[in-house]
Amino acid sequence: MTPLPGLAARSLWNRRVSVGLTALALAISVALLIGVEQVRKAARASFTQTISGTDLIVGARTSPVQLLLYSVFHIGYASNAVSWDSYEAVAGSGLVAWTVPIALGDSHRGFRVMGTTRDLFEHYRYARTRELRFAAGVPFDGVYEAVLGAEVAAALGYRTGSEIVISHGLDDTGFLEHGDKPFRVVGVLERTGTPLDRSVLIPLQGIEAIHVDWQQGRPPTPGERVAADEALARDLTPDSITAFLVGLKSRAATFRLQRAINDYPDEALTAILPGVALAELWTVLGVVEDVLFVVAGFVVVAGILGMVATLLTSLNERRREMAILRAVGARPAHVFGLFLMEAGLIGIVGAAAGFVVIEAVLWLGADAIGRHAGIHLLAPAPGWREAAIAALVVGASLLAGLLPAWQAYRRSLADGLLVRT
Amino acid sequence: MPQPGRGAQAARVAIDCTGLRFRWHAAGAEVLDIPSFRVVAGERVFLCGPSGSGKSTLLGLIGGVLEPAAGELQVLDTDIPALSPAARDRFRADHIGFIFQQFNLLPYLGVVDNVLLGTRFSPRRSERLGRNAVAEARRCLAALGLADESQLTSPVTSLSVGQQQRVAAARALLGRPELVIADEPTSSLDADVRAAFLQLLFDECAEAGATLLFVSHDPSLQAGFDRVVELPNINRAGQRS
Repeated sequence: MTPLPGLAARSLWNRRVSVGLTALALAISVALLIGVEQVRKAARASFTQTISGTDLIVGARTSPVQLLLYSVFHIGYASNAVSWDSYEAVAGSGLVAWTVPIALGDSHRGFRVMGTTRDLFEHYRYARTRELRFAAGVPFDGVYEAVLGAEVAAALGYRTGSEIVISHGLDDTGFLEHGDKPFRVVGVLERTGTPLDRSVLIPLQGIEAIHVDWQQGRPPTPGERVAADEALARDLTPDSITAFLVGLKSRAATFRLQRAINDYPDEALTAILPGVALAELWTVLGVVEDVLFVVAGFVVVAGILGMVATLLTSLNERRREMAILRAVGARPAHVFGLFLMEAGLIGIVGAAAGFVVIEAVLWLGADAIGRHAGIHLLAPAPGWREAAIAALVVGASLLAGLLPAWQAYRRSLADGLLVRT
Repeated sequence: MPQPGRGAQAARVAIDCTGLRFRWHAAGAEVLDIPSFRVVAGERVFLCGPSGSGKSTLLGLIGGVLEPAAGELQVLDTDIPALSPAARDRFRADHIGFIFQQFNLLPYLGVVDNVLLGTRFSPRRSERLGRNAVAEARRCLAALGLADESQLTSPVTSLSVGQQQRVAAARALLGRPELVIADEPTSSLDADVRAAFLQLLFDECAEAGATLLFVSHDPSLQAGFDRVVELPNINRAGQRS
């Protein structure tokens, strides 16, 4: 029968304001640390699942990360295009279930325009299994129809029925505009947290149509111009595209087809596994999350130091308490244990409170975070890492509590029943 | 020669010091040098001496939180310096009740829990009370004039000093320790409260059959004690200084 846990709890409760603030500081730091851990887990999952369900991405010969960057993230430029013949050859392979061609190179007011087909809406998956859904409207059907990513629509205030003009190239200079062939917005996608949010999607034929009268990258002279409806009569099959997504009938064939594409005799092509390339890219970005984690770790250390300071400060005003405990037969070891338990209790309360707070925030905020930051908290359920963090914080509190406990021990040994002040 | 104590325990010796010496540091001056000091079981002894005469040090030795430099110290027939520090703490918990000058109570415990604190570190004392510990604590408090439920449930810090001292006395007496040591317990009390407190203390010690060692610098309190001991008279270290 040891009375210490009860004494420790009631002693803390007696000083609940200062102890509460100390525990709160610890709780905030724990919440921060677990939050960083949860968010980085989710960010990693969200990032590496920017594109899922696609087995291969094929582009002109380049490095896997670069192909990923320009085809999926719309960052940088493709150095070369993929010829339509090569695309058709791969698409016609018996292993391939579906393909989604991607043609990049134009923009609209700073947002990239992506030429593609309706297959995109059917086959594109993100965050593991999520499909593209329309906040408004329908997929494009006609050549001069466009579907907007959520952020494009929100930033520029477009809705279905709006007319937009595509600029030539990626600079938003407005000098080279395809003003003669405006596009009508027929659909707006729901937010996905992927680069599609910042994309303007138009049919491949639309890309071809706005360039039909251009001569080797030069705008047409007045005499060369082809009107929008005249262009529709032309063959709008593109000569080349930037890249294309491939879905296979059987995943087992992935490596076989990848090798075949990489060794394709007629054109230098690169086929990548998006998951592998995304993970590779994440290892580069992962340094940032490590830094965040370390910073959050130091905040926890600060919280624990605050607790030690609080306990040490209380030592003086509690000398009388120590003497009373000694008088009723407590050993100095009991006094040591009392202080250690108080540190441990603050650690447990702080860790638990921080845990509850961050889980509540993540749980309540998961939707909002998904919508605004594009990070889908796919795994908000705490795992063993979060449990380990909580246990580590309690352990560190106990370890740090050794200092005030040792001080209290020495004082109670020296003071005995007297308080010499 | 000490006067004989009262009752059946008269034959036993509660405290027996022989050649007891103490100094705070090995190289420091002696604080205590007591050739002989005895208290018979059941006695009410008033130990008197000015501040700094070593009263509290002697209590520390008897309580087993200090170790003598030399000499013998028997408390309730137990050789205190021979015990390990942990055994001394256990002995103190089991056999001695302490009352201090003031601030005797843990502010975070209620009145009854403060009284029960006297048994928390002593299996022996709590065993003696059995399952009636709370009832016994309340009986003790009632005997000391604290029966009102509103007093028992209010925070100890809201009690008057006199009431706090009575709670402390109840704690010291709970579980019937053989020895009660009171260190200036009345110095923060008003004169009329003081007399009443002393009478309660006497009554309860007699009721419990406890020996009372009462320490004070105030000679005016000595009425009612079996014996008055001037510490400077028995402490040679004090005489030299």
